[in-house]
Amino acid sequence: MDIDPREIDNIAKLSRIKLDDAEKVKFKNQLVHILEYVEKLNELNINNVKPIFYTSPLKNVFREDTLKPSFHRSNILNISPSHVNGFFKVPKIIE
Amino acid sequence: MEYNIVIGLETHAELNTDTKLFCGCSTSFGSEPNTQTCPICLGLPGVLPVINRKAFDHTLKTALALNCEINDFVNFDRKNYYYPDLPKNYQISQNHFNVGNNGSVDIIVKGEKKRIGINNVHLEEDAGKLVHPEASDAGHSLIDFNRAGVPLVEIVTNPDLRSIDDVQGYMHTLRNILQYINVSDCKMQEGSLRFEASISLCRKGAKVFGNRVEIKNLNSMKAVMKVLAYEISRQKELLDKGAQIVMETRLWDEVDGVSRRMRTKEEAHDYRYFPEPDLVPILVDKKSIDRIRETIPELSAMRRQRFTSEYLISDYEAGILTESKPLADYFEECVKLTIVSPKELSNWIINDVLRVLNEKKSHIQDFTISPKMLVDLIEMKSEIGGSIAKEVFSEMSNTGKDASSIVREKNLTPLSNAEELNFIISKIIEDNPKAIEDYGKGKKSALSFLVGQTMKITKGKANPKILIDIFREKLENNL
Repeated sequence: MDIDPREIDNIAKLSRIKLDDAEKVKFKNQLVHILEYVEKLNELNINNVKPIFYTSPLKNVFREDTLKPSFHRSNILNISPSHVNGFFKVPKIIE
Repeated sequence: MEYNIVIGLETHAELNTDTKLFCGCSTSFGSEPNTQTCPICLGLPGVLPVINRKAFDHTLKTALALNCEINDFVNFDRKNYYYPDLPKNYQISQNHFNVGNNGSVDIIVKGEKKRIGINNVHLEEDAGKLVHPEASDAGHSLIDFNRAGVPLVEIVTNPDLRSIDDVQGYMHTLRNILQYINVSDCKMQEGSLRFEASISLCRKGAKVFGNRVEIKNLNSMKAVMKVLAYEISRQKELLDKGAQIVMETRLWDEVDGVSRRMRTKEEAHDYRYFPEPDLVPILVDKKSIDRIRETIPELSAMRRQRFTSEYLISDYEAGILTESKPLADYFEECVKLTIVSPKELSNWIINDVLRVLNEKKSHIQDFTISPKMLVDLIEMKSEIGGSIAKEVFSEMSNTGKDASSIVREKNLTPLSNAEELNFIISKIIEDNPKAIEDYGKGKKSALSFLVGQTMKITKGKANPKILIDIFREKLENNL
């Protein structure tokens, strides 16, 4: 089992983390170990097993469409790194 | 060169619930930024979303109205992407088991019926709103999360649309259905109806279609029409030159009227969907499908047909009256209240009611004249005459008063004072010897002329039916 180094670059990019070359090798090895571990499942014959998406027996959990008070805006803005005029302020997004 | 065009459309409609999809925050439009937020819709750690039953029912209703097969196992998935309009870094949407699949919508294009396939109908949460300061050197963007978590139904067509006319017909029909089944107000100006289009062209006769271009950021039906016209000519021009169409996502720039290549979030199409672990699946049984199906009213296409056969009005008139459910309801309410012919009611509604609503840029739901008031007026028409009736109508629409009080207040009661009328009539007979002579020769139109003259002098206050009787009597006696 091996992982294409470009795969590591892509995963890092999607996760918005910068990895130096040493880290890339380190994480690649860790990911290979994880995948090899999970690979063991392929040894089982599961032709007659239906896929399971949820392990909880719960289903059809709903709430009614009833208004609840929202949080006080200042409480919410104050836990953000930056805000102005009631808005959250973030680095410029280039469209 | 001649090209075939293939278009697919994704429509997002905000559902008209009071609260968001996963929390009790309000969905009302136009509030102060970030006043309708809580830890759930802001995606703070440790919170648990719970599905809004009404939002789910509305999605089921939409899927049924669009003739979809309903999945008995429905779940939600995480669609992962980093963009500041979504505080969780993922959107809760559906990918594996949508509410509905394989539906269809019948549209009429240039008089011909065409069936557009619906690939799927699913439920998801809306994102927040980004505000970009106008100064280009601002260096920051602002976010309002009031919209984050508002329930959206997404309706995805198959690539069955083959022209801009098809697209227009489809959007129009779809909006009409969503409004009829009352799941969305479809207010374009408030962004409750938004579109994404994908389009590809291929030379006529060629087997393989060209690369697909996706266009986002289409906040009105007009924008969809404009961008598709733009894209078709842009792609034709490239293909004519022998160039390739690049598969890409483009954004519509409303101000400049051009589409531009998008460089941001969607470029790496790697959403890594997986089942949303914070929500449990929904099993949809026949009982709940039947319960929702019962709430779907007669849709406009059916109603239009029924109006022509039941009320003997033209297809054109029926089309106008069934354009919106509240208008069709208004018409049928009037029909129930009176023995006046549906045809006459239809004339009044199309010519007078809609004209006033248009002028006032108002909707039938907010109209000052109730069906009962309109019917009362129309029933008075034979007494007060047509022109006074129109005058009373415009007064009613301005003041909200009923017809009889306006007639009383403005002294518009018909001239029934026999003496005064007699005097006027005698004078008219005297002044129009030619008409009298014509009538004697059997010319019926002379009578209408005389009645017309009288109406003119009495400023429409005389009852024309009574006038005809009086003239007839006088003239026959004189002969």
